[in-house]
Amino acid sequence: MKQFIQDLAEKHNNQEKQLLQILREIQACYHYIPEQAIEQLSGLLPIPRTRIIGVVEFYSFLHLSPRGQYELLISDCLTDHMRGKKKLTAYLAEKLDVAVGAVRKDGLVSLDNTSCTGMCDQGPAGMVNGYALTRLDRARIDRIADLINRREPLAAWPADLFYVDDSIAKPGLLLKQPIVQGAALRSAFKRGLKATLAEIDQSGLRGRGGAGFKTAMKWAFCAGEAQSERYVVCNADEGEPGTFKDRVLLNSFAHQVFEGMTLCAAIVGARQGFLYLRGEYLHLYEYLQEILHQRRQAGLLGTNILREELDFDIDIHLGAGAYICGEESALIESLEGKAGIPRNRPPYPVTHGYLGKPTVVNNVETFFAASAIAVNGADWFAQVGTEKSAGTKILSISGDCARPGIYEYAFGTTIQTVLNDCGATDVLGVQIGGPSGTFISSQEFDRKLAFEDLATGGSVIIFNESRNIFDIVHNFTHFFAHESCGFCTPCRVGTSLLKKQVDKIYEGHGSAGDVAALEELGQLIRVYSHCGLGQTAANPVLTTLERYPELYQNKLKKISYEPGFDLDGALDIARRLAQRDDAAAHLSQVGDHD
Amino acid sequence: MTKTITIDGKTIPFEEGQTIMEAAAAAGVYIPHLCHHPEYAPHGSCKLCSVTVNGRSCTACTFPALEGQEILNDTKELNDSRRRITQMLFVEGNHLCPGCEKSGNCQLQAVGYYLNMLDNHFLHFFQPRELDASHPDVLVDRNRCIFCTLCVRASHRDGKDVFAISGRGINKRLIFNSESGLLKDTDLDVNDQAAHICPTGAILIKRTGFTVPIGERLFDDKTIAETSLDYERGDHDG
Ligand SMILES: Cc1cc2nc3c(=O)[nH]c(=O)nc-3n(C[C@H](O)[C@H](O)[C@H](O)COP(=O)(O)O)c2cc1C
Ligand code: SF4
Ligand code: SF4
Ligand code: FES
Ligand code: FES
Repeated sequence: MKQFIQDLAEKHNNQEKQLLQILREIQACYHYIPEQAIEQLSGLLPIPRTRIIGVVEFYSFLHLSPRGQYELLISDCLTDHMRGKKKLTAYLAEKLDVAVGAVRKDGLVSLDNTSCTGMCDQGPAGMVNGYALTRLDRARIDRIADLINRREPLAAWPADLFYVDDSIAKPGLLLKQPIVQGAALRSAFKRGLKATLAEIDQSGLRGRGGAGFKTAMKWAFCAGEAQSERYVVCNADEGEPGTFKDRVLLNSFAHQVFEGMTLCAAIVGARQGFLYLRGEYLHLYEYLQEILHQRRQAGLLGTNILREELDFDIDIHLGAGAYICGEESALIESLEGKAGIPRNRPPYPVTHGYLGKPTVVNNVETFFAASAIAVNGADWFAQVGTEKSAGTKILSISGDCARPGIYEYAFGTTIQTVLNDCGATDVLGVQIGGPSGTFISSQEFDRKLAFEDLATGGSVIIFNESRNIFDIVHNFTHFFAHESCGFCTPCRVGTSLLKKQVDKIYEGHGSAGDVAALEELGQLIRVYSHCGLGQTAANPVLTTLERYPELYQNKLKKISYEPGFDLDGALDIARRLAQRDDAAAHLSQVGDHD
Repeated sequence: MTKTITIDGKTIPFEEGQTIMEAAAAAGVYIPHLCHHPEYAPHGSCKLCSVTVNGRSCTACTFPALEGQEILNDTKELNDSRRRITQMLFVEGNHLCPGCEKSGNCQLQAVGYYLNMLDNHFLHFFQPRELDASHPDVLVDRNRCIFCTLCVRASHRDGKDVFAISGRGINKRLIFNSESGLLKDTDLDVNDQAAHICPTGAILIKRTGFTVPIGERLFDDKTIAETSLDYERGDHDG
């Protein structure tokens, strides 16, 4: 091990900012981060061991105690649940003789849940040693269990188990017309970089990651900073449950995305870029490295790009299972090898980003669109969409519909049109923008995709009449409690309290006061949390409470107060100790009138 | 011309580079806080110092004072919310004030009093948290840690990095920089600033318990608003 760690650290130039990448490789090799590795690294980098432990304990894919040689994770996304994930996981657990959350006695395999893996159109999905497994069913699970029990190395597993479909169902303006390699850079140099920035400005392009900040303005701010060192970062963390369009863009249009980053670098004057790729997309890593290699060969990356004296290169950094790392300042912390805790703002990343230098962070789709605009011009883009939301939006559609997949629409398109196209019938409601977005009911399908109406990073999850609102709220609320970075009080404590409160109502122990408490708590978390995660964590509760107050009311017991726990349930241990189960050993909830 | 902001309608001067908290303290305006300490870089995590700046919620300890800001601080709505946030800290840990050595000197408790907190409101977590009594001179009771990171910041300045916060979300925990993970094997010395900075009873000095009797403690005859303003004005013997 000693040699392995030493070589690994050396490969990363013993740099502290490479810590997360180093730890990922140790985890991949030993299936945990051994104490010995922590000691050695703290000497090599050199950093306090607590820094290393802090990082290991922050990311879901890193562990201080051994996992199995085959680390199995099953996606706990709502869309996986809708496809029978729970029963399948139980089947898998039985087949492999391992409990969920545990390691098998012989150390061969471990099994656990994980947050949405971005395979919502082809779930139930999972991962083995970081590599995506799709379309899980009993037959595939039988094969997987067999491969594991035979100790078949991952490299020898049949490829179809790992097959990830791009399922582009409805291409639009951008997807129909991918650019020719190098065309965006050539156009930009021909037109002039300043004029190209003006072109992007006129196109009205706004960030596709969710917040919708004007892209040209962000680039101009960064370019205007006095510092000479600047960075360009592509946010491919794509952690919002129900989103998978960036995965498809990177798999089918990586050149165009990298070209967008290079274009940005030319305009803002950056020499180094990063693609922050979520750990769940490990299967794309080698492929994307190959594309970067091709671009260097083609003179589109590296030194003196297109002989225009532009020097720029791109590194790929992998995440390790933390939704918060999609938040841009947390992402930058993660790029620096730290736990992904959002920074205080101001200062903003455009002035103080990576290593404190001016940094542009944009979504994958934003770079993808920017390169098309550089080629086709502002008007080509701006003529589509609405006045405030120019162009098109690429959606990831999943849930109850005949044709899940990738759809591209002009802004301004109604939800009803989207539902018709993907073959959704008997729709109860649609979750727009993922758990952090909005739940809309069937009364609102004439609403439009647009920053001024329904903004979305691209997640659209459809629910038919057979679904239960509380299952949705329950799953999403647990998601946020699991993903809170824990930096600030309202989000750290509040999301867990919200989870408890939702569980209480979900399990039928809610009373009138509890809905009021739920709403008050939700507002508190929304207003006072440090970052967007906390500020939106109560949305599932607040948006459904607003639309279905009667559903919440019906779920409640007809008393004004209900203890926070199940009285009778709490006596269970006492009953077992006393070995009795007669009527007198049971309690009914106080004032229970049901 | 001096630049000014207003807090609850009162005009307050500030210097370029000051945070709202600093400008307020200099003008004798108390903004409740726990993770802020005038001698350390702000952290912005407890959210107790939340104020409304031109209609938006901001933390006073991190947000720069800027010309013309209209700030709300001592309002019913903000104090109600601050009380809730304080209650969150109480239910998250295990705070049994009557048996705690810090009682009367504890900022968490004092803020609770200041905000008229009469109950815990939320359900208790009752999370088991480890206590470390291994060090000859210093005791750490994690039950009372509120993750303000003041010990982390102080120990970093001491050049020792004894303390760190590890874990994610509700599973955060205070850890120590030693191979055994125990406090006794760290470089911590009883005279380190880090051993004395904790706003709660999470870090206590051994053999000094109750040398100041209850009734004569810091917050027994002064509110946290008064003591903290005294401190910020340089009267550091409190
Ligand atoms: C909790 C959280 C998660 C986020 N996740 C992502 C993400 O996965 N991808 C993304 O592009 N933006 C994400 N964002 C938004 C980013 O902070 C940032 O606004 C965006 O990357 C900017 O790029 P854009 O202007 O191109 O949209 C997230 C924000 C929050 C608060
Ligand atoms: S640390 Fe403060 S709030 Fe906690 S138990 Fe002690 S006195 Fe009470
Ligand atoms: S031990 Fe005290 S000083 Fe350190 S983080 Fe916890 S509450 Fe803050
Ligand atoms: S813990 Fe991230 S918003 Fe508070
Ligand atoms: S004092 Fe400002 S956030 Fe804690």
